[in-house]
Amino acid sequence: MNIGTHGRASSEHSPAKQLRELAARFFKLESALLVVILGAMIVIFTIISPSGEFFSSGNIRSIALDTSEILVLSAGEMLIIVAAGLDLSIGSIVVFSSVVGAKTLVALSGSPAQVAQFTYPHLALGITAGVVVAVLAGLGWGTLNGLLTAKWGVPPFIVTRGTLSVAVGLAQVITGGLNVPNIPPALQNSYGSGQLFGIPWLVWTAIIVVGILWILLELTRYGLHTYAIGASPEAARRAGINVRLHTISLYALMGLLAGIVGIMDVARFDTASIFAHTQDNLTAITAAVIGGTSLFGGRGRMLGTVIGAFIPATLRNGFVLIGVEPFWQNVAIGSVLITAVYIDQMRRRRAKIT
Amino acid sequence: MNPTSDKVLFSARGIVKNYGHVQALAGADFELREHEIHALVGDNGAGKSTLIKVFSGDIQPDEGVVEMNGRQVQFSSPRDAQVAGIETVYQDLALASTLDTAMNIHLGRELLVRGPLAKLGFINRRAMQRNAAVQLKDLGIELPSVAVPVADLSGGQRQAVAVARASAWGRQILIMDEPVAALAPQQTEFVLSLMKRARDERGLAVIFISHNLPHVFLASDRVTVLRHGQTVLTKPTAETDVEELLRAMTGIMNTEGRASA
Repeated sequence: MNIGTHGRASSEHSPAKQLRELAARFFKLESALLVVILGAMIVIFTIISPSGEFFSSGNIRSIALDTSEILVLSAGEMLIIVAAGLDLSIGSIVVFSSVVGAKTLVALSGSPAQVAQFTYPHLALGITAGVVVAVLAGLGWGTLNGLLTAKWGVPPFIVTRGTLSVAVGLAQVITGGLNVPNIPPALQNSYGSGQLFGIPWLVWTAIIVVGILWILLELTRYGLHTYAIGASPEAARRAGINVRLHTISLYALMGLLAGIVGIMDVARFDTASIFAHTQDNLTAITAAVIGGTSLFGGRGRMLGTVIGAFIPATLRNGFVLIGVEPFWQNVAIGSVLITAVYIDQMRRRRAKIT
Repeated sequence: MNPTSDKVLFSARGIVKNYGHVQALAGADFELREHEIHALVGDNGAGKSTLIKVFSGDIQPDEGVVEMNGRQVQFSSPRDAQVAGIETVYQDLALASTLDTAMNIHLGRELLVRGPLAKLGFINRRAMQRNAAVQLKDLGIELPSVAVPVADLSGGQRQAVAVARASAWGRQILIMDEPVAALAPQQTEFVLSLMKRARDERGLAVIFISHNLPHVFLASDRVTVLRHGQTVLTKPTAETDVEELLRAMTGIMNTEGRASA
């Protein structure tokens, strides 16, 4: 990359050169380009938006809040893609988890008559049980995805396309196709719209979950095995890794995360919305891919995925603020996706040659 | 040529392996002595790769007995064979191409950080890079860096990484499946020399599959020939010649016109 500067490297120590070296090192980072793109978008939107409204703390908070659920989903989806898998069912699992979680919550918080009048004598029990049921439901669906994929050898595209339909279908059966009403407002008031140090609890949840997944992927044996399985399942198996079990655990983890998002969603909107989340799978896959995760497996960094989740969200928010017609959002997001992947591949190819 | 001991380290008798209607191994025998390089040759489909997959725990035989140090063993996974001290360099190398050399050498046997974080499986990348560099240096392998993905290495370098991994962990037996098939002459010589170093410096016994008879004569102490899934000949390499091996491999008495195979 810095072949040109090599010759005079020893003779000169000017600040300009140090700066250039620093820049060169920065651009060698996997996600450097993405940081630049996101940074440029923030600067441009801040300049164009009326009185810098884009960069106000309120707006930043709202972008973070809007991205919190998809961040959690993208981080999990990315782990699966790194292992050369795919999960299309995540949005349906979110819906199913939120429905059974909300139903449990309402049923255990008080008698039907009490609940209908928004009195909840057993609120703590209801909320605890609702959270546990939602998370377990997610975990169950994820484990099923994993078992079908790893044990039966059905391609993950087919399996998760199947559970995509089944999970949301069952959720509709359970609710008769309606959103779940009478959720205790306490959940929304405390967790769903509450803040700590000016940062919404939902955003904290995303920060903590993504942080844990980040560490898991990039610092632990589990993460290393995930990369290895994505690069070559045969090599991983011959190195003594239990590829089957690991694959099942990845889908199970994804299901668990979708269950958590189900609760986040109920808390945020004070209902279990049955018709939402249909695009979550593609949004999460897009975030991972914009972030440099290879769909062939074995490659990808968490930082890239996080930025990859924020780029579409930032675009959407910025377009609204500067008054661009909302239809253009889709055009822009699609173009960014293709461009980001193209540039990334060019960079890789060039890196290999030098 | 090399004073190998006569002590039998590893043996297999009557190994049978069927794939549907195809019989890959039809009662093959094999015997490996301590500190020897034992070439395994045969025509395509003779069962060489199948036999070493049995030895490396990659597949399980339908019939037959495998013994190590005089005791019967059964490897139900590659891990079992590794625990017994057997390491394999597969024909396709079995490297994770997007991981770097250090991680490939340690895959499945990661070095962890010290302290409580080790319980959570935190890996010590730096220690693995150091160890990988030491292993490569020991074998005289030069790589620009142990921290680049092996996908970015040349074919010869990748081969070297696979050999380094096997010889780093192998405590008894090193199995090499066609280790030089895809290499240029210079690299071939180097890999053959690595095999001898594994024998002489690390005291390993080596099983070495090859199509190339000159390599067999160059590098091996003994040679076993398989044909149609059965063992047809085992001899000290010094006591045989190309013609005899070809006859054994093909089952044809008149080998003229095939001598260049």
